Amino acid sequence: MQMLGKHLLSAGDLDRAQALMILDTTAELATVTERSVKKLPTLRGRTVVNLFFEDSTRTRLSFELAAKRLSADVITFSAKGSSVSKGESLKDTALTLEAMGADAVIVRHGASGAPYRLATAGWIDGSVINAGDGTHEHPTQALLDAYTLRSHICGGQGDLQGVHVVIVGDVLHSRVARSNVLLLHTLGAEVTLVAPPTLIPLGVESWPCSVSYHLDDALMQADAVMMLRVQAERMAGSYFPSTLEYSRLYGLDAPRLELLKDRAIVMHPGPMNRGLEISADVADSSRAVIVEQVANGVNVRMACLYLLLGGAGSQAGGD
Amino acid sequence: MVFLSSARVVLDQADISRAVRRISHEIVENSRGSDDLIILGIPTRGVPLARRIAETVAQIEGHPVPCGAIDVTLYRDDLPLREVRALEPTDIPAQGIDGCTVVLVDDVLYSGRTIRAALDAVHDLGRPAIVRLAVMIDRGHRELPIRPDFIGKNLPTAKDETVRVRFVEVDGVDDVMIDSESVGDADAG
Amino acid sequence: MGAIVLRGGAPYGLDPHDIVIDDGVITAMMPSNQAGSNALDGEGVELELDASGCTVIPGLVDLHTHLREPGREDAETIATGSQAAAMGGFTCVHAMANTSPVADTAGVVEQVWRRGVEAGIVDVRPVGAVTVGLKGEQLAELGAMAASAASVRVFSDDGLCVHDPLLMRRALEYVKTFDGVVAQHAQDPRLTEAAQMNEGALSARLGLAGWPAVAEEAIIARDVLLAEHVGSRLHVCHVSTAGSVEVIRWAKARGIPVTAEVTPHHLLLTEELVESFDPIYKVNPPLRRAKDVHALREAVVEGTIDIIATDHAPHPREDKDCEWAAAAMGMVGLETALGITVEVFIESGLLTWRDIADRMSTIPARIGQVPDQGMPIAPGSAANITVWDPSAQGPLEVDALVGKSGNSPYLGQRMPGTIRHVLFRGRPTVVDGALA
Ligand SMILES: [Zn+2]
Repeated sequence: MQMLGKHLLSAGDLDRAQALMILDTTAELATVTERSVKKLPTLRGRTVVNLFFEDSTRTRLSFELAAKRLSADVITFSAKGSSVSKGESLKDTALTLEAMGADAVIVRHGASGAPYRLATAGWIDGSVINAGDGTHEHPTQALLDAYTLRSHICGGQGDLQGVHVVIVGDVLHSRVARSNVLLLHTLGAEVTLVAPPTLIPLGVESWPCSVSYHLDDALMQADAVMMLRVQAERMAGSYFPSTLEYSRLYGLDAPRLELLKDRAIVMHPGPMNRGLEISADVADSSRAVIVEQVANGVNVRMACLYLLLGGAGSQAGGD
Repeated sequence: MVFLSSARVVLDQADISRAVRRISHEIVENSRGSDDLIILGIPTRGVPLARRIAETVAQIEGHPVPCGAIDVTLYRDDLPLREVRALEPTDIPAQGIDGCTVVLVDDVLYSGRTIRAALDAVHDLGRPAIVRLAVMIDRGHRELPIRPDFIGKNLPTAKDETVRVRFVEVDGVDDVMIDSESVGDADAG
Repeated sequence: MGAIVLRGGAPYGLDPHDIVIDDGVITAMMPSNQAGSNALDGEGVELELDASGCTVIPGLVDLHTHLREPGREDAETIATGSQAAAMGGFTCVHAMANTSPVADTAGVVEQVWRRGVEAGIVDVRPVGAVTVGLKGEQLAELGAMAASAASVRVFSDDGLCVHDPLLMRRALEYVKTFDGVVAQHAQDPRLTEAAQMNEGALSARLGLAGWPAVAEEAIIARDVLLAEHVGSRLHVCHVSTAGSVEVIRWAKARGIPVTAEVTPHHLLLTEELVESFDPIYKVNPPLRRAKDVHALREAVVEGTIDIIATDHAPHPREDKDCEWAAAAMGMVGLETALGITVEVFIESGLLTWRDIADRMSTIPARIGQVPDQGMPIAPGSAANITVWDPSAQGPLEVDALVGKSGNSPYLGQRMPGTIRHVLFRGRPTVVDGALA
């Protein structure tokens, strides 16, 4: 049985059964995380490389911890600063990692599609896990979000049929939004994107979700609201007139929290801009599950590593 | 799963329930004086067997016996040799296993590698006072120094034979079959 | 040198003829295998070339070629680019100005021209930059380049758009002095900042910054209106969208003297290829949608788009062996241009060989005002001749790319034939599919 493909590049590559397999595996691994001995021998002898061309301490640490809990040898390669510099470095780095015998490469890169190049250019043999590429995708973030949604709204079981998720903010530049739209749809959730039209990509009509420009209307339907990070620099690109106007129209503050259904939760992939897309009191409120998302992130990444590396598949390419 | 005509039944439903009763009595006898007995089944078919044993022990003793499941997939030493497996639920009774007598339960004992993995898994869960092993079938061919404490039936086999235990809870029928043709990898451990 | 006889080839794919070339000129033509053809045998014939089963057309003229010299000789040189051109059936190429240094003075264009003469296998016609250093701030010395030995007639900041409307107006006006033409790379720079691919549903999904069609169409619309206003001719480089076709169709209907080109890759490939994130498909303007490709084909058939030009853009391996955003834009195209054109227009029956000759030789020669190029296959014409062999079909091998760079999107794909012979001013440059 080949549960996942060789790589994890896009949330769109996962069908419902595969996505559920990851979530169910995560649930089992979560019980390990709760006990005093958190280490498993599962990936002993496997080498996992964290290849980070972009600064992202939290994602890097999350993957690192996940790999270490499964007893893999972990090498972290931070090539920060060279994010959008000359691309040759990606190839050279890949060849170096191949020489080291990496079984999996977890890659974060500022360029959309960089993990695809690693997976398909023939530079390396190992599995490639996309840990965020440019403005394209961040599949493990979507998986941990789906896991968080499932445990809060669906009793920790099954898919997300009928769950209504509102994703608010800079969808245009958000890999989190792209992966979430794909995965949540696969799992049966209804997704509404909310942003000013300037921050919604042209062509969004082809996405399996609806779009609204009005946050208050959307909030009333929501079982969960996911706030995306908005970078103040976007103002310079004329995406919105001022941070003040943005936060007035699209920020989640205490009065807006009142519009939500009783059991609705507030999510954020972090790092947050408190006071811009989310007010401090909302971020710290009991509805916010932001810290829990981080904890779930480790378990989801353990599940992905186990399912990609825990069998013969990645070595023998068996079918 | 298709069973070829060469398969033959070695234990039927009545044999199985007799074996469960006998194992349960032996466990009670063996662990006399210890109140803190925990029966842990190894998925898949060790789990219903463990549950039956726990129920029978409870009847004999007159009080409930904690019973759970311990998935050993993540501890196996043959992971890189096979396609990745789905994890089965691990369910450890709330009081934990420290200081307890843990009886591991599996359907078939073969190479002993599954039990080795189970011992590692138990070790990571806590520090039991005693660990014992109960199996429905011991078919021989051990690759590790592991020996069962409670056995439903010793069944000498050739390596190319397949032993298949079926339980109502999983398979809809209670029996044990032996087959000289390969019908799968049901008795990997 | 004595006479050359090209035997049995079919001019424009019609009836087989034997063609006699002497002293750089076609001196005689007669139907093959007819009485009298023997007269061609005998004394004075130095070389016979077998063209049986082949189609004979005028040597191809490319109005849009990046030869990279001076400055990026690691990607291509005038000599290697000339060889690639000859192997693709070209007898004339126009070398774009975005070199380093930029071809914005008489000195640089003369150097390029001279290197072309030294290579000696195609006419290398330098294109002059419109603005100094392609910076879009100040007109380059267009008159000096026109009056130089290179006699530049085509001016372009290609790679960049002459964005400033006033500067564009002045350039259009100024080149009237010597009947030059401004070839515009139509791309609004603000609308395409950091653009990576066609903007639409696919770019939204792939998270690649979009290059909207309107960024091309708006510039073309502005430029045709400017050309009409000042009464100048305008050439539009590499048209890539259905909307651009409509604007040009409208302009032509109004009598505005605009000509336009399209590349073979925009006539064949679509944006779905970007899904692989393989930068071999990264090109500027980007690959568009299937409906754009259909509109472009239709425009070539009806003549709204006048010519096919390669936009041959060689890049060294390392500039493509990387992630998409870091990769250079462009594809090599000289060796494959005729093959792709045959696939799109001849095999489908959309155009005749005479139409192809018009669009790849006669009209580009006219736009570039190149003497002795684009002349018909007929006695008295300069002997710039390309012989196409439709029987030599097969996958494109990397060896078939004789330029310095291998960034072709067609490697491994079927080509509907190959170039068998090429004569450049009466001299064979390609014989039996190999450089002479
Ligand atoms: Zn251009």
